[in-house]
Amino acid sequence: MTDLRDPWRTLSERTPARIALGRAGASLPTGEVLRFSLAHAQARDAVHAPLALEELKKGVEEVFGPALVVESQAVDRSLYLRRPDLGRQLAEPGRQMLRSARTDGADLAIVIGDGLSARAVNEHAVSLLSALKPRLDALQLNLATPVIALGARVALGDEIGALLGARAVAMLIGERPGLSSPDSLGVYFTYAPQTGRTDAERNCISNIRREGLAYDPAAFKLAWIVREALRRELSGVDLKDDSDKLLEAGNAPPVLLPER
Amino acid sequence: MGYHASVGTTRYVFADLKDLMAKATPPRSGDRLSGIAATSAEECVAAKMALADLPLKTILNEPVVPYEACDVTRLILDTHDQKAFAAISSLTVGEFREHLLSERTTAQTLGALAPAITPEIAAAVSKIMRNQDLVLAARKAEVVTRFRNTIGLAGTMAVRLQPNHPTDDPAGITAAILDGLMYGCGDAVIGINPASDSPAAITRLLDLVAGIIDRFDIPTQSCVLTHVSTTLGLIGEGVPVDLVFQSIAGTQAANASFGVTLDMLKEANDAARSQKRGTVGDNVMYFETGQGSALSANAHHGVDQQTLEARAYAVARAFSPLLVNSVVGFIGPEYLYDGKEIIRAGLEDHFCGKLMGVPLGVDVCYTNHAEADQDDMDTLLTMLAAAGVTYIMGVPGADDVMLNYQSTSFHDALYVREAFGLKRAPEFEAWLQDAGITDARGKLRPPRADHQLLAYAGAAP
Repeated sequence: MTDLRDPWRTLSERTPARIALGRAGASLPTGEVLRFSLAHAQARDAVHAPLALEELKKGVEEVFGPALVVESQAVDRSLYLRRPDLGRQLAEPGRQMLRSARTDGADLAIVIGDGLSARAVNEHAVSLLSALKPRLDALQLNLATPVIALGARVALGDEIGALLGARAVAMLIGERPGLSSPDSLGVYFTYAPQTGRTDAERNCISNIRREGLAYDPAAFKLAWIVREALRRELSGVDLKDDSDKLLEAGNAPPVLLPER
Repeated sequence: MGYHASVGTTRYVFADLKDLMAKATPPRSGDRLSGIAATSAEECVAAKMALADLPLKTILNEPVVPYEACDVTRLILDTHDQKAFAAISSLTVGEFREHLLSERTTAQTLGALAPAITPEIAAAVSKIMRNQDLVLAARKAEVVTRFRNTIGLAGTMAVRLQPNHPTDDPAGITAAILDGLMYGCGDAVIGINPASDSPAAITRLLDLVAGIIDRFDIPTQSCVLTHVSTTLGLIGEGVPVDLVFQSIAGTQAANASFGVTLDMLKEANDAARSQKRGTVGDNVMYFETGQGSALSANAHHGVDQQTLEARAYAVARAFSPLLVNSVVGFIGPEYLYDGKEIIRAGLEDHFCGKLMGVPLGVDVCYTNHAEADQDDMDTLLTMLAAAGVTYIMGVPGADDVMLNYQSTSFHDALYVREAFGLKRAPEFEAWLQDAGITDARGKLRPPRADHQLLAYAGAAP
């Protein structure tokens, strides 16, 4: 039996990417073919996993106080996959709920949406919010009522932010599962949210999970974007994320930011 | 003005050209999502029949997106080559299909015809072609581009080495680049999708790849796929930028949703060319496109997604790009639902691009919420290799750990080379041989534990 392995296998410790797999002729060794199939099967299952709503609501409320739960027009999973347009629009009961929760002078609305991986939200949303809380406190912002949204696409956050009368919205949402990352959380930020905002008007922080971007640097980045967007009154491609320049050896600086 | 076709006693009426084109499109979820698809299989074929009888001239005279409303339409019509069009101006869409498949139509005649082909003409004829027609017609076209090597020569296929890492970790990205090079990939570009959009992070990645290319004198180019405005800023700061990347689409409104205009692309093209970093050519632009992007931005004007995709190639064509690829299965099941729809779309995109003279590669790929798997990708990859695809992606183990989707792997590239005898870009092929990675026939040699690339990355022998 020939040795199918690559001599640079030690490098695979440095990346979750599938490197140094070895080969049988032009093709993968049998073990790798099956390992891939298993990962694909698990990712397929993650797409259809439900949100742990009660636990999530409890966790969100422990950090940011009473939360509302709203639904898009595509809560059913197969409808959700085929009709992203419906996942970007609130169902009527949610609209009414948010109108009555509207508070004048809210700087930021925080929305947690299931997206394409409820598992990501189940596992990371509350931890990220806990890391975010002290950084937002330092900015002395008025926060709108936090909202949990079911059947949510990214742009649903804009309608929610607008109905709450918030100057900006941050949408925490499950990203589509990868083979090696069925649990990746993303944050999408919009200044002056309203229905019809485009992707170019949003800032994104992606890949928040244990093996990806850690909670504290993610919270630091988001707080930086919030502060700069509110100050410059814009978001998206016009707001370059220069927060990295403030990182100290790759770590977020301590919570209290210097006075501007 | 309307179009019609009769099948038995049923008369099908199509309101205008865009309605006819939409109804004639092979079924896909995106056109259903936008409510413009044929409502029965028979209506779809009736529309194909009416479309086949349509003179090509009619397509030129009836823009699917109004001239006044869209700078992409203006670009298409204002740069249309009437002189080259004379060769096909008397043909219907159905006759044009036969013209493309005729033995008399060669790489040379197709090359001369390319400036006469509007995206709507390419899309129209593709709609009445079977998958095998899309393969045979596309494989005749030869579109060659150059920067530090020569891409698109007959009998070759290039690979983009895509060493993405979830946190842009330099050691992780270096390890993946090395893995790809040791597998003989990377002639199209070493192209990273960054996790962070920050200019500082992009600069670190550009320096990293430039360092490897310079250290080993590799005849290839680097790219970090970020927004054109960010790249322009970096060129201004003297960062080593080989290629300018941008996602583009087929309408002005969809491009606006990407935060990009034709003027910005022109400015970026000029700026990158002025760097003179290419050694054998100055094609400096790298574009990505994908069916459904305009609909996703609500910027589709009621036009079917495949026609809009072809219009994106008209945008690309205006800037003489080194590389253009459709990210066919990436945009999601709401646009291409399953393996069958992804395969069809990949072949259409490749055909339309090549017919228009664009160096089209395909990211043969799918996401985990689509009804597709590796077997579907094998089918599309094999058909695209038969069709002479310019390049494919090379992602370690086909699993992109940053973008969370499955593409083609370094092994997939080896498979295609083995099955079809396809070579790499000649300059890169020669480098691999000099570096002892491949033998004289381009086959991988057994890897040596003491190879200089491995030492560079710090792999323990």
